[in-house]
Amino acid sequence: MALLEIRNLSVDFATHGGKVRAVEGVDLTVDEGEVLGIVGESGSGKSVASLAVMGLVAANGTVSADRMSFAGHDLMKLSPRQRRMITGRDAAMIFQEPMTSLNPCFTVGFQLMEGMAEHIGGSRATLKNRAIELLDQVGISDAETRLRAYPHQLSGGMNQRVMIAMAIACNPRLLIADEPTTALDVTIQRQILELLLDLQRKRGMALILITHNMGVVAETAHRVVVMYAGQVMEERPAAALFKTPRHPYTAALLEALPERSSGKKRLLAIPGMVPGLDDRPQGCLFNPRCPYVAPACLSERPPLLAEASGGVRCIKPLAAAAGSA
Amino acid sequence: MVAAVSSPVPKSADAVVIEATDLRRHYTVRLGLLRGTATVRAVDGISFTLRSGKTLAVVGESGSGKSTLARLVTLIEPPTGGTLRLMGQDPITASPVERRELRKAVQMVFQDPYGSLNPRRKVGAILEEPLIINAKKMTAAERRDRGLAMLAAVGLRPEHYVRYPHMFSGGQRQRIAIARALMLNPRLVIADEPVSALDISIQAQVLNLMMDLQERFNLAYLFISHDLSVVQHIADDVMVMYLGKPVEHGGKEAVFTRPRHPYTMALLAATPRVDPSQRINPQIVKGELPSPLSPPKGCAFHTRCPFAKERCKAEVPVMRPVDGRLAACHFAEEIAQ
Repeated sequence: MALLEIRNLSVDFATHGGKVRAVEGVDLTVDEGEVLGIVGESGSGKSVASLAVMGLVAANGTVSADRMSFAGHDLMKLSPRQRRMITGRDAAMIFQEPMTSLNPCFTVGFQLMEGMAEHIGGSRATLKNRAIELLDQVGISDAETRLRAYPHQLSGGMNQRVMIAMAIACNPRLLIADEPTTALDVTIQRQILELLLDLQRKRGMALILITHNMGVVAETAHRVVVMYAGQVMEERPAAALFKTPRHPYTAALLEALPERSSGKKRLLAIPGMVPGLDDRPQGCLFNPRCPYVAPACLSERPPLLAEASGGVRCIKPLAAAAGSA
Repeated sequence: MVAAVSSPVPKSADAVVIEATDLRRHYTVRLGLLRGTATVRAVDGISFTLRSGKTLAVVGESGSGKSTLARLVTLIEPPTGGTLRLMGQDPITASPVERRELRKAVQMVFQDPYGSLNPRRKVGAILEEPLIINAKKMTAAERRDRGLAMLAAVGLRPEHYVRYPHMFSGGQRQRIAIARALMLNPRLVIADEPVSALDISIQAQVLNLMMDLQERFNLAYLFISHDLSVVQHIADDVMVMYLGKPVEHGGKEAVFTRPRHPYTMALLAATPRVDPSQRINPQIVKGELPSPLSPPKGCAFHTRCPFAKERCKAEVPVMRPVDGRLAACHFAEEIAQ
């Protein structure tokens, strides 16, 4: 059975301009021990979808889903109190900005032990020993001294390691990492990714890696979900997706990468921009920017067509060999 | 291919725009009451030449001195050592009138398009402001014509002229910031991480625009970035910096295909790639950038270098020609992959 199963998830936000839809009909499945990559540009709904799983959507947001189950619990039916016992313990999340996710007024040791005291409990001494052990595991040397450090005394990479230590403190079965390395330098990014994958392998936990960096996903994820303007556009195993993308949007995103431009003077940019929450087009959401647009694309929003290895939301997906040219 | 529009700047194909020799900028910082002061060598001995129509990319992690270099070249701060010549002139000895002319010729595009445009001013006013200050003889109508022409040059429409920055997306704002930088016909544009805040599809649009404008106006770019795949695409020359010092400097091809400094190798190996054939066996660099207040003795990189030997701890390596580029490593010949 899948660890996390979501069917037809939608998230709406009430704004002054009326109701806007940030996530529309998203299906997600994550198995135990799997690394799922979610890629998309800003406004694609990738972060909001994961916040919905964690029950962290802002107060003006409405989450609806046909099914949202995690480790046998129906997340839609749990009381807020029961839900809090799961999020933070069995499902944990780390965020993009390590500097702003930690509270500047408390030491990292206090913040690390706070969650453990809530979910696991134990004496101060056991908690402290566990905290030292965790900092050790995430590669922070001299852990006992660092417990007394405030976030501003540590570098961005160190703070992200502290965030990871907090997230894995209660042995989660699912870890959601939302742009965990975007704010970091490239050598530190590599260290943090290796750390996350190492922890994932050793603990057999599932990892959802949300990022806009295609290279990061290609190197780490087993399976990839491509989101655009709140919808899943394509989903398949990582190697297949990057070799032969089926959705024109996936293909165009890959073509726009500087690393694919070898020898060519100009990049193959996607014209136009991601539709805003309040100006979503009729029909397929990608149709204003799609090079293969057909009349049928303008009227009806295509369903996510299931395929042998995944799915694609396009009425005429690219042939298996296309997109790599 | 883009030269259909005639260039407003005379083409002086390889005029030297920046000539920096042993450029230094040291800061004195107070460590706290009774703890005295320390010197941060933010830029410590950089030499390079940049010509019209060319792009020099400066790469390195945060704290490597990239932005300090930009502050020196834009004349925001004077260097504390070495010489800087812009368009053949030394801004230190130049007269105030000459210095004003130099400042016009050097413009900047910043990383964050949300923070770099005044939210209270319309796009037109933002574009015309440099002209109001620097081209006092222009009439309002001339300024407006020039603003509209520049707006078209960066791919925006005339109706955008009367809108406010908040009505634009990040990519469009970056186009406006580029248009503003080009209003005074600069010779040199310093771009400090100009695309790192943008989505992939928009990043490609802005990079293409920058390359088009470079051809059209024969601009020199000093392109500051930490994204090696972007640099690999846009740069002619690359300079890799570590703790204020250049460690490798040369043509893009040489530096990227046959790196001769372990730090360049580490950066290339750490850059995530979509294409498995472009991936380099990731030899993870240990640790983080040392504190610039107390940089390591000898080679500054030796604390993180997988090839470090005794000599690296004692002797500071100097930039020397190796295999068609400059590299500052005692063992540049031996470590080639």
